[in-house]
Amino acid sequence: MTPPTSSSTVTLNINGEKHTLTVDHRTTLLDALRDRLDLTGTKKGCDHGQCGACTVLVDGRRTVSCLQLAVASEDRDITTVEGVAEGDRLHPVQQAFLDLDGFQCGYCTPGQICSAVAVIEEHAAGWPSAVTADVRPEAGPPPLTTEEIKERMSGNLCRCGAYGQIAQAVARAAAEASTEKLTEETAV
Amino acid sequence: MREFDYRRADDVTGAVALLDADPDARYLGGGTNLVDLMKNGVETPARLVDVRSLPLDRIEAGDDGSVRIGATVTNSDLAAHPLIRDHYPALTQAVLAGASGQLRNMATVGGNLLQRTRCGYFTDITRPCNKREPGSGCPAIEGEHHNHAVLGASEHCVAVHPSDMGVALTAFDAVVSWRTADGAGEAPLNDFYLPVGDTPHRETVLPAGALITHVTLPPARVAARSRYRKVRERASYAFAIGSVAAALEVADGVVCDARLALGAVASRPWRARLAERILVGAPATPEYFTAAADAELAAARPLPHNGYKVTLLRNLVVAVLTELAEETSR
Repeated sequence: MTPPTSSSTVTLNINGEKHTLTVDHRTTLLDALRDRLDLTGTKKGCDHGQCGACTVLVDGRRTVSCLQLAVASEDRDITTVEGVAEGDRLHPVQQAFLDLDGFQCGYCTPGQICSAVAVIEEHAAGWPSAVTADVRPEAGPPPLTTEEIKERMSGNLCRCGAYGQIAQAVARAAAEASTEKLTEETAV
Repeated sequence: MREFDYRRADDVTGAVALLDADPDARYLGGGTNLVDLMKNGVETPARLVDVRSLPLDRIEAGDDGSVRIGATVTNSDLAAHPLIRDHYPALTQAVLAGASGQLRNMATVGGNLLQRTRCGYFTDITRPCNKREPGSGCPAIEGEHHNHAVLGASEHCVAVHPSDMGVALTAFDAVVSWRTADGAGEAPLNDFYLPVGDTPHRETVLPAGALITHVTLPPARVAARSRYRKVRERASYAFAIGSVAAALEVADGVVCDARLALGAVASRPWRARLAERILVGAPATPEYFTAAADAELAAARPLPHNGYKVTLLRNLVVAVLTELAEETSR
């Protein structure tokens, strides 16, 4: 075995761009994003996986970046809040948060937005949740009610208590996504 | 946090060799518990062996109707899998009742079984804790223990196992398989966790350096009609103060098969075998469900501030079994 080391050079694929950097193995993905790559959109809240402020997408799956080691993030596609829009066109979730006041102080918002983007995809993929009455596949996907949205978004705390508007924003973005999908399918 | 060496393993043999049964090394799965414990100073490994790239991320049906779940399958993928949702719905419900969407995407099945207690004395290195530092004492017994064990605890430790997934796996007789440098081994989950006794720091039967490779669910017709219900101090994203995984098969008003396990009551998921024995052959009515729950909980030894759990669990068992019986008769 090669001698032990406490740091490694890794290439991180973030928002479609490759970044090569040497990280102390103790560095979390969150700290690498904020302190090494100046991607400060991702926020540090509790730093213990309990608040969701640091949520990013890793290979399309929402992840708390405070418990994800940077060295273990090589070869994964990472999307932060800086990467969810398409150029100047906001992601429908971002637009819905703006239109429906889905925040007050805004600190939890990047995590809420990344989480919501994934929630909509998870629901579209047919994933049940803890409030889904019948989880059996033949029951089909549950409608994305406010109760479902609240449960699915429960990993993101909002200390201002903007939950009502956050749930509305997620619902609107989800409805837009399913309409868009329907239009695409009809066009085909 | 202590500095550590990091290795990524490509295959099971390589992972076991990299860990080398070194007590100062740890396997890294999703890291949702381990990395947090490293931040708190509870875990201070000198080397991490990352097992997330191992080819253990599949869920496969066996010819005999069993289901084999790879150790690095994430909680999310386990919960969403059609085989699990169809044949073991309480397992999907249990997984979805735990943690958050983000943590379920990261956390793995093997790691879930090996996660450590959330007892506040265990996670605070400034306090004594027999589990963390053998012989240092257990402040929970005289202190904060409203969410601690009522079954199977000892004067040395009253911490509870935090897993939801494990409660359903226990009810369904899951078997845990592992690999060491010497070969493969396995144990039913019911025998996987050691009694607390005077060695609360020794938690499982896993040999030194063992890597969990998969968990197997044997076929169980009864599991298709099963339910997991969890009580916690808020509606979501919190550990249980009590939970129940149950499965019930009823014919002509009589219970012909039953599975029952309790969560957040002991140092391990608690299989309620005594209650099961009383249930099978008995009328499927709340009276008998209550008798079964009371018999199981007769062994409870609550502390001054967690006696509520006995009542809570009893009511939970009766409610879940009653719902299942009503579903069966529809």
